[in-house]
Amino acid sequence: MTDLPWLTILGLVPLVGALVVAALPSGRDALAKTVALAVSLVVLALTIVMCAAFEPGGDRFQFVQAYDWIPAFGVQYAVGADGVALVLIALTAVLVPVVVLASWYDADPSADPLRRVAGTAASATAGASGSASSRRVGGGTAVLDPPQPAFAEPVDSLPPRRSVKTFFALLLLLETMMIGVFAATDVFLFYVFFEAMLIPMYFLIGSYGGPRRSYAAMKFLLYSLFGGLLMLAAVIGLYVVSADAGEGTFAFERLVGLEMSTGVEIALFSGFFIAFAIKAPLFPFHTWLPDAGAESPVGGAVLLVGVLDKVGTFGFLRYCLPLFPEASRILGPYVIALCVIGILYGALLAMGQKDLKRLVSYTSVAHFGFIGMGVFAFTTQGQTGAVLYMVNHGLSTGALFLVVGFLIVRGRSRSIPDYSGVANVAPVLAGTFLVAGLSSLALPGLSTFVSEFLVLVGTYPRYPVAAVLAAIGVILAALYVLLMYQRTMQGPLRLPALLGDRMPDLRGREVLAVAPLLALMVVLGIYPKPLTDVINPAVEATMQDIGQSDPAPTAADGAED
Amino acid sequence: MSLLLAAGPASEPAAAPASELAAAAASQLAAAPATWLATDAPAEGLPTGDYLAAAGTHTLLWLLIALPLAGAAVLLLGGRRTNSWGPYLAIAACAGSFLLAVVSLFALLGLEERTAQLELFSWVPVGELQVDFGLLLDPLSATFTLLITGVGLLIHVYSLGYMAHDPRRRLFFGYLNLFVAAMLVLVLGDSYLALFLGWEGVGLASYLLISFWFYVPAYATAAKKAFIMNRVGDVGLLIAMFIMFATLGTTQFAGVFAEAELLTAGTATAIGLLLLLGACGKSGQFPLHTWLPDAMAGPTPVSALIHAATMVTAGVYLIARSLPLYEVSETARLVVGIVGVVTLVIGAVIGCAYDDIKKVLAYSTVSQIGYMFLAVAIPGAAAVAILHLLTHGFFKACMFLSAGSVMHGMDDQVDMRRFGGLRTKMPVTFACMTAGYLAIIGFPLLSGFYSKDLIIEAALDQGGLRGWLFGLTAIAIAGVTAFYMTRMMIMTFFGAPRWTEGVHPHESPAVMTGPMVLLAVGSVVSGFLLVNVFPLQEFLAPVLGSEEADHVLPPIVVSIIVTLVSAAGALVAYAMYFRKPVPTTAPVAVSPLTVAARRNLYFDALNENLLMRPGQYLTRALVFADNRGIDGAVHGLAAGIGGGSGRLRRVQNGFVRSYALSMFGGALLVVAALLLVRIGA
Repeated sequence: MTDLPWLTILGLVPLVGALVVAALPSGRDALAKTVALAVSLVVLALTIVMCAAFEPGGDRFQFVQAYDWIPAFGVQYAVGADGVALVLIALTAVLVPVVVLASWYDADPSADPLRRVAGTAASATAGASGSASSRRVGGGTAVLDPPQPAFAEPVDSLPPRRSVKTFFALLLLLETMMIGVFAATDVFLFYVFFEAMLIPMYFLIGSYGGPRRSYAAMKFLLYSLFGGLLMLAAVIGLYVVSADAGEGTFAFERLVGLEMSTGVEIALFSGFFIAFAIKAPLFPFHTWLPDAGAESPVGGAVLLVGVLDKVGTFGFLRYCLPLFPEASRILGPYVIALCVIGILYGALLAMGQKDLKRLVSYTSVAHFGFIGMGVFAFTTQGQTGAVLYMVNHGLSTGALFLVVGFLIVRGRSRSIPDYSGVANVAPVLAGTFLVAGLSSLALPGLSTFVSEFLVLVGTYPRYPVAAVLAAIGVILAALYVLLMYQRTMQGPLRLPALLGDRMPDLRGREVLAVAPLLALMVVLGIYPKPLTDVINPAVEATMQDIGQSDPAPTAADGAED
Repeated sequence: MSLLLAAGPASEPAAAPASELAAAAASQLAAAPATWLATDAPAEGLPTGDYLAAAGTHTLLWLLIALPLAGAAVLLLGGRRTNSWGPYLAIAACAGSFLLAVVSLFALLGLEERTAQLELFSWVPVGELQVDFGLLLDPLSATFTLLITGVGLLIHVYSLGYMAHDPRRRLFFGYLNLFVAAMLVLVLGDSYLALFLGWEGVGLASYLLISFWFYVPAYATAAKKAFIMNRVGDVGLLIAMFIMFATLGTTQFAGVFAEAELLTAGTATAIGLLLLLGACGKSGQFPLHTWLPDAMAGPTPVSALIHAATMVTAGVYLIARSLPLYEVSETARLVVGIVGVVTLVIGAVIGCAYDDIKKVLAYSTVSQIGYMFLAVAIPGAAAVAILHLLTHGFFKACMFLSAGSVMHGMDDQVDMRRFGGLRTKMPVTFACMTAGYLAIIGFPLLSGFYSKDLIIEAALDQGGLRGWLFGLTAIAIAGVTAFYMTRMMIMTFFGAPRWTEGVHPHESPAVMTGPMVLLAVGSVVSGFLLVNVFPLQEFLAPVLGSEEADHVLPPIVVSIIVTLVSAAGALVAYAMYFRKPVPTTAPVAVSPLTVAARRNLYFDALNENLLMRPGQYLTRALVFADNRGIDGAVHGLAAGIGGGSGRLRRVQNGFVRSYALSMFGGALLVVAALLLVRIGA
């Protein structure tokens, strides 16, 4: 079983699926959707089998494959999964079918019975003709234009119809890239996936997004390209250093422990770090996220914040720390400071948002602060917590984005003041919204709590002040979640005009999409051991790479272990 | 009338023998080697973390939690089809839990070492941190399980009547079951992390139930306020756990208590104060008490169960459970006592000013829990705090349910100025409320009499300035308590009817009065039983320790003084509210203290001006800054790098091509760089 090239297969299946979907004759929308869903489910099934085959106590990297790609420069197609990569690939495999299901009508809104209920036939056609104008408006918004007010104008017309098969093909293509980026064990290959991942995401935002999608997509692209450029420089630098030391290579395992001067190390670290900090994003590199998160179609936002951004925090743990241990130690405290600022800043900004999707995006800024803090705390609790956090945040923010999306589909407005008392008419939607929100505020019993607790308890022994300040973020999280819930779901009923006083509750397809996420949150909140068993050895290996060990309890002599 | 006479000076003679009895019982307890409740094991000192593995019946402890949890799951996920039978399922689940709690208690009594620890699974295992999820049944948690499931069951039944006409009552029962399950996790968890799971779980249940009628904006706000203020406390508990892990390497009770002595006094103080912060949040103690009166927005059965009898006493449980830690820090202990005394005063003073019957009861709860905090901090007196917790659980739940019954008959009116003369219209309610009333003001031989007297004694017995300060305050507040409770009784049940038009008061159905009567009986007899028949203090000694202090004043003297002071308070209320007709609107020309009390002694205003407003300004400023500042800087930078907007526009207009171009450019750069390196090497 373990001899199968699992990771390559996993990457190829969605790629082939994407090609098949793209090659379908246009007009076969339903078929395109079904194929996309089937392919993503196949990937999920394969992933489950692969996870079962993974031996937690075995080699650090499993399912390893390495073939020369550009032998002249020692570039290899080399893949392998440690525990961290494994759980993130699993997260990807879970989220893609969920997103496919949730985005069923995002490319052809006029086919959606829900939206037909909500709107009139006239507005549907108006939407189609209005698409050109809205596109022009969006396209004309240059990067330099001052940002618009932070809340979205209510969109009364249906969003325009777009190519359905392209949308789902892009989703599958994105899945290939995401699996590749986590599976790569060759730094160059990682870089290629890191950059290539942008392409499908760029088109998802730019073609299928909200009114200001072009601005958002361009901002996303420019930020990412800037970071990518710095990383490219650092990747080349790494090759140079390894070439100086003997044979030039990009193989991760041979780059670990590479001797270099502290100055060089800090420079290379910075290249990687900034690229990852933009991707994650950490404060102050975050301003692209609220725009991208708000303008992206909901499914895209789930994958963007749920998985793509994790590549940043994954990069901290996989590349920044083991490759540049000295620089990580020197710069660690500053990173921690950035993370703490991000936790508080993101939470405060989330509270001030009037746009639902921007709000959720800002909560992620706070959450990424937690993840970064866990990684740079240099304790097994912190780092395992951070990895768990990556998974749980994907589930929790994914669910939150989905539910918010369900609401927006009905009301055609992202603006919080347009809604009030939704729980009166749509109790299931409200209930799901609450559970997703509670998971965002890390309520014990839900999986996010375990990760947040681990991050904080792991940070405290090394950085008590940071941990205590970050703990204030726990209060702020309760505030932004409950404020949002109260404003939209509680109180007397008031809905966007087109709905009148009725709003359809969640439909079967929507429940089917979001229920697995909620179920996973509960199960992993009570029994996270299957994940921690896989993550722990990987984190311990990283701790060894950077030559750190957990601080011993100060009062006891550790006799109880 | 008979009520007032009873509360008046005429009752003095009765006080003496009763308190003699209590004193005798206490001394007998200290001396007797073995009543049937006493353990054979030496019962001195605090637990050191040696817990025995569960066996026999106790291997089923998990069911205690699983039953109501399953009930909640069925009701909350089952949808409308559970409407008809759902409430009965909830009651059955709670009843099952209660039976299990009783059986577990008896099984515990049969054990030589009164502990049973049931390891369930490994919850958070990472490196040095090994949090196992397990349950711990010992005298302390067994006492709580009985209180939670017993009172919980009665209130489930009562809710059948109270919520009969609510279309969403299946959710109500679901939330109630969720609460019971979470509260049981709180008291049965064998680690601070498991406790925390229950701790925030009850917070969630409380949030859901306060905002049960979420379409009323004020209720939704009250629920949010409760959750947030609780979270402030919860962060204290979280940080306390961080410190435990950093210093002791564990958050399991067993590990922490076994090595608590290794902590430095400073660390122990920090942990103690942080735990206290958590306790203050949950138990509505100063300075985090303002959420509790607002929480009365929830349906009255909720106020009785969660915001009077059980959840709000979780803070007392936390501190009682953590006594081995407080043993190391005298400072933390002292602060717990001070918080208790301050809250005791605040709650009682504000309780005098309100006209809303539920808010009076809520402030009374705040004040009574102050008594418990005061006691739990006194070495050797923690068991007395738990005794008061139990008796309070009976009489306060009884009073809340009676108040609910009044509201039920008065079309959900809560303004006592609109009550009056209800004694004859609601005789059973009146009788039950009277039982609760007499118990809380410490009428001799009723439950509050035993528990409150013992607390005041313990406070005095600390000796020195602290003893006198705490003790005398506690005595004075007993008088204030009698005042505002008598005021409530008179305004509600006596005098001329001041009902709003169209209100036809009537007695509540038996499904409501039944639980009330049972609780009323508990309010009357529980003190006597728990002191004389099933001596609670002795039962709890293995967990909370026992210490025989020298009495500063003989117990009998204390009892007489307390009774006199209470009688005086009741008399003042009699003079003020019985002799004169009660106006239907609150008088305006009142003393500054009354004005302040009506405004919660300005605590809400303080919160608003110190935290809320600045927070809002900060948020607004940051939103502005984020849009203009950071993003602006990035835009500026982009302009600089791009060499002007025109170029960027071009990039954007032909985005596909230019993107491909930039990719190609990047790839070219890589190849060039690699070639350079190859040539160089």
